[in-house]
Amino acid sequence: MAELPVREGSVLARTVLRVTGIGRRYAGIPALTGVTMDVRAGEVLAVVGENGAGKSTLLKILSGVIAPSDGVIEQVDANGTSVPLQMENVREAARAGIALVHQELNLAENLDVAGSIFLGREPARFGFLKRATMMREAREWLHRVGLNVDPSTQCESLSIAQRQLVEIAKALSTQAKILILDEPTSSLSAREAARLLAIVKVLRASGVAIVFVSHHLDEVLEIADRVLVLRDGQQTGILNRDACDRATIERLMVGREIAAPAARVLPVDAQVRLQVQSLQTVHHRRHRISFEVRAGEIVGLAGLVGAGRTEVLEAIAGVTSSAGHASLDGIALTGNASQRVCEGVALVPEDRARNGLFLQDSVSMNLSLAWIGQHRQRGLVNRQGERAIVNHMISRMRVQPPAPARRVQTLSGGNQQKSVIGRCLAVNPKLLLLDEPTRGVDVGARAEIHAEVRRLADTGSAVLFASSELEEVLMLADRILVMHEGRILGEFAARDATEVAIMHLATGGTA
Amino acid sequence: MKKSLGIICLFVAICLITAIYGDGFLTGFNLTNLTQRTALFSILALGAGVVIVAGGIDLSIGSVVCLAGIMTPWLLVEHGWSAWAVIPLVLAMSATIGLFHGVLITRLRLQPFLVTLCGLLLYRGIARWMTGDQSQGFQGEFEDVRSIALARFDVPFLGDYRLPATVIPLVILVVLIGLFFSRTVWGRWLLATGRNENAARYSGVPTAWLTTGAYVVCSLLAGFGGMLFIFDIGSAQPSDFGNFYELYAIAAAVLGGCSLRGGDANVLGIVVGAATLQVLRTAIILVGLGSQLEFAVIGGVLLIGIAADELVRRYSARRAEQTSRMQH
Repeated sequence: MAELPVREGSVLARTVLRVTGIGRRYAGIPALTGVTMDVRAGEVLAVVGENGAGKSTLLKILSGVIAPSDGVIEQVDANGTSVPLQMENVREAARAGIALVHQELNLAENLDVAGSIFLGREPARFGFLKRATMMREAREWLHRVGLNVDPSTQCESLSIAQRQLVEIAKALSTQAKILILDEPTSSLSAREAARLLAIVKVLRASGVAIVFVSHHLDEVLEIADRVLVLRDGQQTGILNRDACDRATIERLMVGREIAAPAARVLPVDAQVRLQVQSLQTVHHRRHRISFEVRAGEIVGLAGLVGAGRTEVLEAIAGVTSSAGHASLDGIALTGNASQRVCEGVALVPEDRARNGLFLQDSVSMNLSLAWIGQHRQRGLVNRQGERAIVNHMISRMRVQPPAPARRVQTLSGGNQQKSVIGRCLAVNPKLLLLDEPTRGVDVGARAEIHAEVRRLADTGSAVLFASSELEEVLMLADRILVMHEGRILGEFAARDATEVAIMHLATGGTA
Repeated sequence: MKKSLGIICLFVAICLITAIYGDGFLTGFNLTNLTQRTALFSILALGAGVVIVAGGIDLSIGSVVCLAGIMTPWLLVEHGWSAWAVIPLVLAMSATIGLFHGVLITRLRLQPFLVTLCGLLLYRGIARWMTGDQSQGFQGEFEDVRSIALARFDVPFLGDYRLPATVIPLVILVVLIGLFFSRTVWGRWLLATGRNENAARYSGVPTAWLTTGAYVVCSLLAGFGGMLFIFDIGSAQPSDFGNFYELYAIAAAVLGGCSLRGGDANVLGIVVGAATLQVLRTAIILVGLGSQLEFAVIGGVLLIGIAADELVRRYSARRAEQTSRMQH
């Protein structure tokens, strides 16, 4: 495949998709405006921007998950004639040859590799699977993405990097001409990421148009033929490869100085609140970990997906079983989750829709659930107090719109997350645990959430959080613990930490 | 009140149709009878409702009705025990059955449908074996105990309508369960558990205890209802007493607005739902459809009611979303 003519970065590369002035408004508020770009065969178009800049909205529009509010998307054929696309659903996008590989992998774990690749499109005769055909074709697609596993392997036994490649094979097998990769390397080690980039280059050489979303600028600089930069829902530039350099991209991405929060000063002799000794979680039985968090301290757990951060937080909160010792203010935490809440532990879970929210219920119900337990009067709900705390938390967390009766389902991701965090803050926890505190949350809401977490720490509570985003770890933590495959490989004070140093440890490097 | 509007409309419509097309619907005798049956089935339906709110299901209600109902005259008449011992014993046994279900479901994590399906077979089998499959009755004795279910009170200005005594425990239960859901922490937590058990557990709600409690309440009410049923009818066959009562109870709760997905409670709705089903049963006879059609008519009306409810709910959800968007 590498022998095919390479038309890297050439202006002659043929346009296959033309996007003119597309935008999207949510509830009247623009999330994306005026994006204009060409997607060309045999080219990698990188899309960069901060969280909330509109990357995911753009991807959702391109893959047909949501319809654009404005603008035109046209498919361009080999003769140069263009046909407008009515991108109303995913099937429409698939028909136009567009395939999206999600950041969060969606493989059905109970299927084998071949079954995953052909899910919903299984070759069949009279309703019976043509298994041999499926295996043979799956093997071809796997070969094409350079994945050397048997198509009958169960997906659950694959590594995250391998699953990523299966997803790409699945996308290609739909005869996709335009492949959209959303943060494909965010969960991969450095070596795996390099391999993935090599495969992307091969696919590009074979004439596939690739839209590559990433916030690792090094990768973007290595692979992109052109770079589209988004900021606050606007297109701030589209750069050709020769005009690309890190400083230019960063300037277009940030555009303004983000006011850095004042550095926190911890008293040197702050008492230890959370003490964890040789904790052993279900998923990483081989390793025991120990650490402590002091009063007023915010400790961040950094690491890749699967490093065991969630397991540590859930073990301390008591929602999963574990061995070892954890104590809060010298008192051992031994009970189940509800007893630990009474003892002052609160957990903001990673998956808020599954484990955090009561989507069909009101903001008020979501915010007050833990508080009413702590302030019950002979078993009865203190309804006056409930109204007061709900209004207080809505204004403190700046939940928008500030309507206690609104169903949480109708709020934006950021406001949903504020509802979960507000529920935990309402009970003034001695120890606040946060798992991915600002996943899928825009920049503004993220700053507000961070400010509230710092405020809690300022009152002397201990805070322990996990985040896959190094940027967030560096922004929020006073001290950083780096985890890799169930172990803590290193520790940094926030002022000494750099992204590179953390990444080195997180991918299994030695300190 | 707004939540119950749909079921109240259905109830009124069926009453009107029956009153117009059937003979003898609006007689004191018939209405007294209907009230009695509604009260008895409502007690079962309230129990079913509590379990459904918690996101579960109880298919064993009818068999618990049978076991508790058959054991009462069996112990009183055949074994000559005192009523002061029998009533608490039967209630305690019913609660233990619920505890057994709850423990299997929350600790062993078995599926509620299967656990209570086995219960359905188990308790009826036990009842038939205990009594040698013989009909059990009070044989004209124990009038004082039976008056719990048989007493009637005159009501001024209502002619020969007489209010059955079973309305008293029903009203007490409606008030208690209503207050439980609206005012107590555990009621709120049970609703949260039904809505999203994971999220409730992560927020520190003792979900296992609450769920177990819901099954205890359900079986306790089924046992209590079973006693009232046997007091009412005097004698029964262990092979068919209480057959399908779990379905009447579940249908009443669902008609009354307790979604099987859990997390929605509407205590008044449950009672109106139970009343609707009883009126419907009477209507089939009074209108002259023939009692063979009973199940078909109930099934059809239930289906229409549930479908209409779902459509209205979707419509109003869309309306609410649109208005909130416009306010923005």
